[in-house]
Amino acid sequence: MTLLEQFRLWLGGIWPEWAAYIVPAIVGIVVVLGFVLTLVIVFIWYERRLLGRFQIRLGPNRLGPEGIFQPIATAVKILLKEDIVPAKGDKVIHWLAPVIVFVPVLMIFAVVPFGERAILADLNVGIVYVVAISSISAVGIYMAGWASNNKYGLISALRAVAQMVSYELPVVLAILGVVLMAGSLSMTQIVASQSIPFLLLQPLGFVIFFLGTVAEMNRSPFDLLEADSEIVAGYHIEYSGMKFAMFYLGEYGHALAYSCIIATLFLSGWQGPLLPPIVWLVIKVMAVFSVIVWMRATLPRLRVDQLMSFAWKGLLPMAVINLFIIAAEVLWLSEITPWLMVAVNFVFAGVLVLLWSKLFTLGGGRVEV
Amino acid sequence: MTIKTEPFILNMGPQHPSTHGVFRMRVTLDGEVVVDVEPVIGYLHRGIEKMGENRTYTQIIPLTDRLDYVASMTNNFAYVLAVEKLAGLEVPERAEYLRIIMAETMRIASHLMAVGFFLNDLGAMMTPVLYMWREREKLLDLYEMVCGQRLTYNYMRIGGVSQDVPEEFLPALKRFVAEMPGFIDEYDQLLSQNEVLLARTKGVCILPRDTAINTAASGPVLRASGVKWDLRKADTYSIYDRFDFDVPVGTVGDCYDRYWVRMQEMRQSVRILEQAIAQLPEGEVCARVPHLLRPPIGEVYGHIEAPRGELGFYLVSDNSIAPYRFHIRPPTLINLTALKDMVIGWKVADLIITFGSIDVCLGEIDR
Repeated sequence: MTLLEQFRLWLGGIWPEWAAYIVPAIVGIVVVLGFVLTLVIVFIWYERRLLGRFQIRLGPNRLGPEGIFQPIATAVKILLKEDIVPAKGDKVIHWLAPVIVFVPVLMIFAVVPFGERAILADLNVGIVYVVAISSISAVGIYMAGWASNNKYGLISALRAVAQMVSYELPVVLAILGVVLMAGSLSMTQIVASQSIPFLLLQPLGFVIFFLGTVAEMNRSPFDLLEADSEIVAGYHIEYSGMKFAMFYLGEYGHALAYSCIIATLFLSGWQGPLLPPIVWLVIKVMAVFSVIVWMRATLPRLRVDQLMSFAWKGLLPMAVINLFIIAAEVLWLSEITPWLMVAVNFVFAGVLVLLWSKLFTLGGGRVEV
Repeated sequence: MTIKTEPFILNMGPQHPSTHGVFRMRVTLDGEVVVDVEPVIGYLHRGIEKMGENRTYTQIIPLTDRLDYVASMTNNFAYVLAVEKLAGLEVPERAEYLRIIMAETMRIASHLMAVGFFLNDLGAMMTPVLYMWREREKLLDLYEMVCGQRLTYNYMRIGGVSQDVPEEFLPALKRFVAEMPGFIDEYDQLLSQNEVLLARTKGVCILPRDTAINTAASGPVLRASGVKWDLRKADTYSIYDRFDFDVPVGTVGDCYDRYWVRMQEMRQSVRILEQAIAQLPEGEVCARVPHLLRPPIGEVYGHIEAPRGELGFYLVSDNSIAPYRFHIRPPTLINLTALKDMVIGWKVADLIITFGSIDVCLGEIDR
C-alpha cells in the first residue's frame, strides 16, 4: 500500500468519498511536481556548472551562492521575451506543440518510485506506461517543426521521427531483459527485486538502454534535432518566450525523467544503506545525469545516416542477443548464485561489444545524385 | 506506390552559427542530401583594394589587418614583403627573425582556431574551442606586448617592424614554445582517435589531387590532397631557407586529412620557432625608409604561405606615393571554389564540416 492510498483511506473515514478521492490526488501531484520542477532547476544549474568545469571555465557563479539562482534569472529573461508566431505558420499547432512535449514528461513521474511506498500511482504495468507516455513527445516535436513553417524546423522534425522511432526498439528490448529478471512490470516490484543492481546483472542491457535513452532525449552525441551547427536550433527555431521555456524545461525534464528511469531499472532505485531513500535516488539520478553531461561536453555529433545505422545495426541486434541471453539465464540458471551470473554476463557483454566494434563500422556517406 | 518528392532550396546564412562570418549558401537539398551548392559572397565587402589606391604604401598596412582578421600578422608580412620587393629594400637581420616569429606564432594561433571550430562544426559543443583558446590567449598576450593590440596588429613596417620587442617578450615566448608540444599531444590524444570524429571525417568529402591542383587550391587544403607544395620551401622568401622543418602532406584529401595536416603544421611551426629564438640576433629592427615611399615604376607579385594558403599581393607602382593598382589574392576564396566539388552527394552535416575544414575567413573572401 502506497503512502497516498493510506492517506486516502484515512481521509475516507472523516470526509465524504469524492473529497477523499480528489484531495489526496491533488496533494500527491503538487508534491511530486514541486519536487520534480525544483530538481529540474537544480539540473539546469548543475549542467551549466559542470559543463563549465569540463570546458576549463567557471560557469555561472554570480547570482546567489555558486550561481544557484541563475536558472531563475534565465527563466525570468525567457518569460519576458516577446512571443513570436511565424506569419505563415500553423498557429494552433504551433501553440499546442510545446504542451504535447512538456506534459508527457511530467506524466512519467507518476510511476517513479521515490521510496518504498512513495509513488504516485503504483501501476502494475508501470514500465509499459513509461514507454507509451514518453514516445508521445516525438509527436510534439514533429508538430513544432512542421507548424513553424521553417525549413530547418522541417529537417529537424523529420529527423525526430526517424530517430525516436528507431531508438524505441532497442530501449524496449533492453527493458524486456529487466522485466524478465524482475518478473514484473511494476516499477516498485522492479526496484524490490534488485538486491544486486541490474547494472551488474545486465551490463549489456544497461549500455543499450543508456545509449538509447540518450538518443531519445536528444542529447549529444545524438542531438541531431537541435544540431546548432547544422540546422541552427531545429524544431524550436521559431519559438520564443513561454513556449520556448516549455521546450527548455521539457528537455531537462526529459533528462531528469530518464535519469530516474535508469536509476530505477538498473541502479536499484531508492535502495541504499543509511541514507533516506529519496537521497539515494537523487544521488543515483545525479550520477546518471553527470555521465550524460560528460558525453555532451566531449563527443562530436553523429551524422544522420550513422545515427540510424547505429540504432538498427548496432543496438538492435545486440539488444536481441541480450534478451536471448537473459531469457536463457532466467529459464535455466536461476538456481545458481547471482554473482556467478554477474561474471558470466560481464564476459558476454565484453565479447559482444568487442565483436561489434570489429564487425560494425559507422561508414556510409556519399549518395549519387 | 511511390511518393512524389522534390528537392528544396535551403538558404544557409548569412546569419548561421557555422558559416564562420557572413557567408551565405543556397543549398539545394534532396532530403538530407546536398544536390547543389551556390555560394553567395559579398556581405562583408569593404572595397579594400580600391581604398588602397588612395593611401600611401605605409597607410595600407592597417588595411591588410582587416583582411584575414584571424591571422593579421601574416597579412602585414605578405604586404610589406611585396612592397620591399617592389622598392628593392633591405631588411635588418633582427627584423627578419621577428617577422618569422610573428608569422609562425600566427600560424599556430590560426590553426588552433581552425581545428577548434572544425570540431565545433562537428558538434563537439565548444569544448575543443575553449581548450584551444587557452593557448591562443597566450599568443594574443604576446602580440599585446609587442604592439598593444590583440586583433589588428599593424606591427610590420616597410623595411622592418614598428618597434623592438619588450624584454618580457622572449621569456614568455620561450615558455610558450616549451609548453606547446605537450598541448598538441593533449589535443591529439583527445581528438585524433575519437571514434565519432573518425566516423564523421574519414573518407568524407574527398578533394582529389587533380581537382585540388586545377582549382589552384593552396595551403593545408592542397597539402591534405597529397600535393607537397609549401611556399616556404617551394619559393623561399624572407629567411625561411635557414630553418629546418618538414611539410606534412595528407594522403586522401578528406576532412580528416585537412584536420591532421593542420595539427602537424603546428608542430612544425614550433620547430621553426625554437630555431628562430636560438638564432635571434641583436641590432636594428627597421631600415631607414622614407615616409612617403615612391617605388620605381613597375609591378610586383609577392606571395607567402599564410596559414590558410598562398596569400599574394599584386602592386603596380607609377612612382607616386600610392599604388596604381592594389590587388589581393585571398587563399580561402580560391580554396572555397572547390567546396561544391567536394560536397555534392553528401549530407548537409558533411557540408558544414567540409566548409569548416576549408577554414575560411570572410574578411579575406569579401575584402
